[in-house]
Amino acid sequence: MGLTLAEKVWESHVVHRAPGEADLLYVDLHLVHEVTSPQAFAGLRQSGRPVRRPDLTLATMDHNIPTIGTDMTDPIAAQQVEALARNCAEFGIRLYPTGDARQGIVHVIGPQLGLTQPGMVIVCGDSHTSTHGAFGAIAFGIGTSDVEHVLATQTIARGRPKTMAITIEGEAPGDVSAKDLILGIIATIGTSGGVGHIVEYRGEAIRALSMEGRMTVCNMSIEAGARAGLIAPDDVTFEFLAGRSHAAAGAAWERALDRWRALPSDADAHYDAEVRIDAGALRPYVTWGTNPAQAVPIDGSVPDPERSPDGAGRESARRALKYMDLRAGTPIRDITVDVVFLGSCTNGRIEDLRAAAAVLRGRRVRAGLRALAVPGSMAVRAQAEAEGLDRVFREAGFEWRMAGCSMCLGMNDDVAGPGVRVASTSNRNFEGRQGPGARTHLVSPAVAAATAIAGHLADPADVRGRA
Amino acid sequence: MRAVERVKGRAMPLDRRDVDTDQIIASDWLKRVERTGYGAGLFGAWRNDPGFVLNDPRFARASILVSGANFGCGSSREHAAWALEDWGFRAIVAPSFADIFRSNCRSVGLVTAALPEPDVGRILAAVEADPAIELTVDVEHRAVAVPALGYEAPFELDDASRARLLAGEDEIDVSLAHDGAIAAYEALREDWLPRVRTQVS
Repeated sequence: MGLTLAEKVWESHVVHRAPGEADLLYVDLHLVHEVTSPQAFAGLRQSGRPVRRPDLTLATMDHNIPTIGTDMTDPIAAQQVEALARNCAEFGIRLYPTGDARQGIVHVIGPQLGLTQPGMVIVCGDSHTSTHGAFGAIAFGIGTSDVEHVLATQTIARGRPKTMAITIEGEAPGDVSAKDLILGIIATIGTSGGVGHIVEYRGEAIRALSMEGRMTVCNMSIEAGARAGLIAPDDVTFEFLAGRSHAAAGAAWERALDRWRALPSDADAHYDAEVRIDAGALRPYVTWGTNPAQAVPIDGSVPDPERSPDGAGRESARRALKYMDLRAGTPIRDITVDVVFLGSCTNGRIEDLRAAAAVLRGRRVRAGLRALAVPGSMAVRAQAEAEGLDRVFREAGFEWRMAGCSMCLGMNDDVAGPGVRVASTSNRNFEGRQGPGARTHLVSPAVAAATAIAGHLADPADVRGRA
Repeated sequence: MRAVERVKGRAMPLDRRDVDTDQIIASDWLKRVERTGYGAGLFGAWRNDPGFVLNDPRFARASILVSGANFGCGSSREHAAWALEDWGFRAIVAPSFADIFRSNCRSVGLVTAALPEPDVGRILAAVEADPAIELTVDVEHRAVAVPALGYEAPFELDDASRARLLAGEDEIDVSLAHDGAIAAYEALREDWLPRVRTQVS
């Protein structure tokens, strides 16, 4: 019997295996940021251990930094970024700090630099590390104790995962973006549908995605509880990587290609679970509740909790509606929003900015609505400015910001106030995620832009012809 | 890490599913560089409700949290496990746990015991009715017992995790014992794999 992509990558990284024990896996790339690393470095210092492979480790600042300028206004956050700078200097780790042209959200800069490549094992103290699976890598988030473990050993101990194939068959309608694909997937399998599994996304609608779109899909694997999500590398992947600063060149590039072309799942590979979704039936999705599975097509309405098939689901939906201040039966398009946030490791890449700008061009944000565009990295920001997108955003009434996680999790000044309703291209609509009491609706970049113009949840077709 | 053989004590019922790590400890607390003191932020937003179970004095002495399915979903923040441990919890019983959260609990020495959903429902109801009921989460025998209900059931815990919990072993020491295997693996890695140009080199 053949092997799946996930099995091939996993097996090629086993350093030690013994019965009754987790596998010890080698880590090819360890990404580090300011928030989940200080206690790990303190642990190394306490035990007198060095970082085993600084050359396989890269640090950046993204979570708690301001996106207006580079001055840290929050003294506690300032201490944390200073700690990262000190730790990186002491342990010899390359750091891209605020103000550096290569700084950005950790999951945006890894791929951009060509550090994220097929067949690798990649970890980071951040659950959205699953993003890197778009290249055919096994990539997952870890806690701070494991960050210390990887710094010290360049390995991670994990039990063998189960495998799941999610196949999106057929062609997605034109207005259905990668974000809608993954919201549709999560709505189908639920917040814990992927627990224990590495999910491989397959099928025509996945193959048709650009690398940016594939990253959006893999990014939200964790919102379905998956241990990781990945997509088989193909020519789209190789074209994206060719010529990037950390990609191999010349004869080495050919050797890499040979290796990568052998990675896709064998025809007779077996998955522990299989899910099939018809792409043609998908629509732009909007979340109405407080977990990413609580989503409906934009043409729908807020569901009735009393129709939920199970008791726990009913209770959770009731709580969600109360928190979100929504009534069952309300058409999604009737929900007005106060803030639109465009950015994050889910939708802060150049294609996302282009998709939003295409809707915004020549139009204005609804009076009284606040709109932020936060590029995922300074390189994305520079690219957008080279294409004139910053002007489109500014002229439409968006704030044009520096790179960072920003309002995705509100660790800097970009916080939504209590009761404030946000249409957000980020990944989590948990209670209080964007600020205490803030209400989040997860959407695609195109829906975010249309919503900013309309003042209520809307898709691009709703604002066509409107100034 | 704390060594733990068994956790015996009162329980706190949290009858909600999909309790995410943002609720367990809000991101505001993640700006700190310290490893301790997170108990004060545990379920911070929910505690604003006077009726929330953490504010209920009847459950003040609980060392075991009983919750709904998919506990600990969302972010990888180990701070969630630190906050629960700092508050005084030593074990969590739920129908299922998110993978990263469960790994983090293991790192901290916080025991996670997954039981069938109907069983957890029974335990939740019993504890709500009588907060003095005691539970035992036994790492050595991989079993949860609720004597007042005449209930005992096994939970899954792999040999290595069990051994590590019982001994309170430092996982880095355990892995570094395989230093030879790590070095051998490194020697065979492809030379075209990406390397970061480090600050020292």
